[in-house]
Amino acid sequence: MYDFKFHSAFSVDDAAAKLAAAEDGTVMAGGQTLIPVLKQRLANPSDVVDLSGAGLSGITNNGDSVTIGAMTTHAEVAGSSDVSAALRSVAEGIGDAQVRNRGTLGGSVANNDPAADYPAALLGLGATITTNQRDIAADDFFTGLFETALNDGEIIKSVTFPNATKAAYAKFPNPASRYAMVGVFAAQAADGVRVAVTGATDCAHRGPKLEAALSANWSPDALDGVTIPADHINGDIHGSPEYRAHLVVVMAKRAVAAAG
Amino acid sequence: MATVSMTVNGQAVSGEVEGRTLLVQFLRENLNLTGTHVGCDTSQCGACVVHVNGDSMKSCTMLALQADGAEVTTIEGLAQGGEMHPMQQAFQDNHGLQCGFCTPGMVMSAIDLVAKNPNPDEATIREQLEGNICRCTGYHNIVKAVQQAAKATGG
Ligand SMILES: Cc1cc2nc3c(=O)[nH]c(=O)nc-3n(C[C@H](O)[C@H](O)[C@H](O)COP(=O)(O)OP(=O)(O)OC[C@H]3O[C@@H](n4cnc5c(N)ncnc54)[C@H](O)[C@@H]3O)c2cc1C
Ligand code: FES
Ligand code: FES
Repeated sequence: MYDFKFHSAFSVDDAAAKLAAAEDGTVMAGGQTLIPVLKQRLANPSDVVDLSGAGLSGITNNGDSVTIGAMTTHAEVAGSSDVSAALRSVAEGIGDAQVRNRGTLGGSVANNDPAADYPAALLGLGATITTNQRDIAADDFFTGLFETALNDGEIIKSVTFPNATKAAYAKFPNPASRYAMVGVFAAQAADGVRVAVTGATDCAHRGPKLEAALSANWSPDALDGVTIPADHINGDIHGSPEYRAHLVVVMAKRAVAAAG
Repeated sequence: MATVSMTVNGQAVSGEVEGRTLLVQFLRENLNLTGTHVGCDTSQCGACVVHVNGDSMKSCTMLALQADGAEVTTIEGLAQGGEMHPMQQAFQDNHGLQCGFCTPGMVMSAIDLVAKNPNPDEATIREQLEGNICRCTGYHNIVKAVQQAAKATGG
């Protein structure tokens, strides 16, 4: 790891000011992705601004939606009675207990790993990402491989998830890393049926074919005839594009079955 | 260099570290607490697990400066008055270790898991120890050890 100057931020404004003053600064949340990246020398920031003292953690449920602070850990979400069972199960299935004790919602969303779990939940529930500059709809946020709509220096403060009538997440975890080989979040959301897929392509996305079939008939059987072409699907030593394309439909069925 | 201060196994400690100094480096190299191991250095194996403010964390994936002001417990902080912690005793009783390399992290994770699940079934134990890899035991005796310790500590 190259050395850097470490700062603790005492608020979001303080973090933004410290980032602005740095030659090439980055924020750090739980560090569960950023520290491995720094160790591999894939990044070489001059300054690292730690957000743990910036007052960004906590969960509030106002009856229609739940707002989760960016620095809330996966373990805190998994253990919260203010969070829906579907969202709890997403957090519970991330990595291992020690990763869940440090990794955060904001870090996961900002990082936008192609196999990360939270992006599917944000898309599947039609969440809104609140930053220190604006509100961004989940549908506009995840733009590509490790790419998001965030500007340089923009900091996620929280994510608001509207309640859904029914929702569940089904994930086929990679047996070694626990990241999603494929994960599908399916919901009868406030604005209709939403189905989001992670792990299959360069970035989590909604599944229009799956949504159309499930809007007509909310049942696992409705997906019987649906096939996903393997063209743009990821292939690696863990699974071919055809295998992952098949998993998308299987996971979608399991999600709908679990949602009831 | 920056100054970091924390409480480790009940003792106030401080030292000079770089931004990039990992918590595990600070524990092993500054404090000579070499019971905490580095197996993979890639956040996978759990040999480096310690408790930070009561929760188990991988000390190879945390900066020393992120633990500024924290209460840290390492494997060296478990035995009291020459008596092993019930989890350490249970690992010995059940042959829950062979080479012992994974054991410090395994014990620290297991204590956190029993604190949060006082009466864990086998599936819960296996799930909650997913972040700890053991190349020797095949895990069966580790699971038995955790079950014994959970009973001993009132689960
Ligand atoms: C062994 C292991 C297994 C894992 N398994 C899974 C898994 O199964 N599923 C899964 O989804 N993830 C998994 N992860 C990743 C984990 O969820 C991480 O916690 C997450 O990707 C990053 O969150 P973090 O808080 O650690 O962020 P960091 O590593 O601190 O930051 C990640 C990136 O986000 C940026 N960032 C952080 N917070 C903000 C913010 N508030 N605003 C703007 N930018 C920000 C940082 O600058 C950095 O670029 C795993 C990680 C490990 C080490
Ligand atoms: S050394 Fe930290 S997880 Fe392996
Ligand atoms: S006892 Fe040897 S690695 Fe676990």
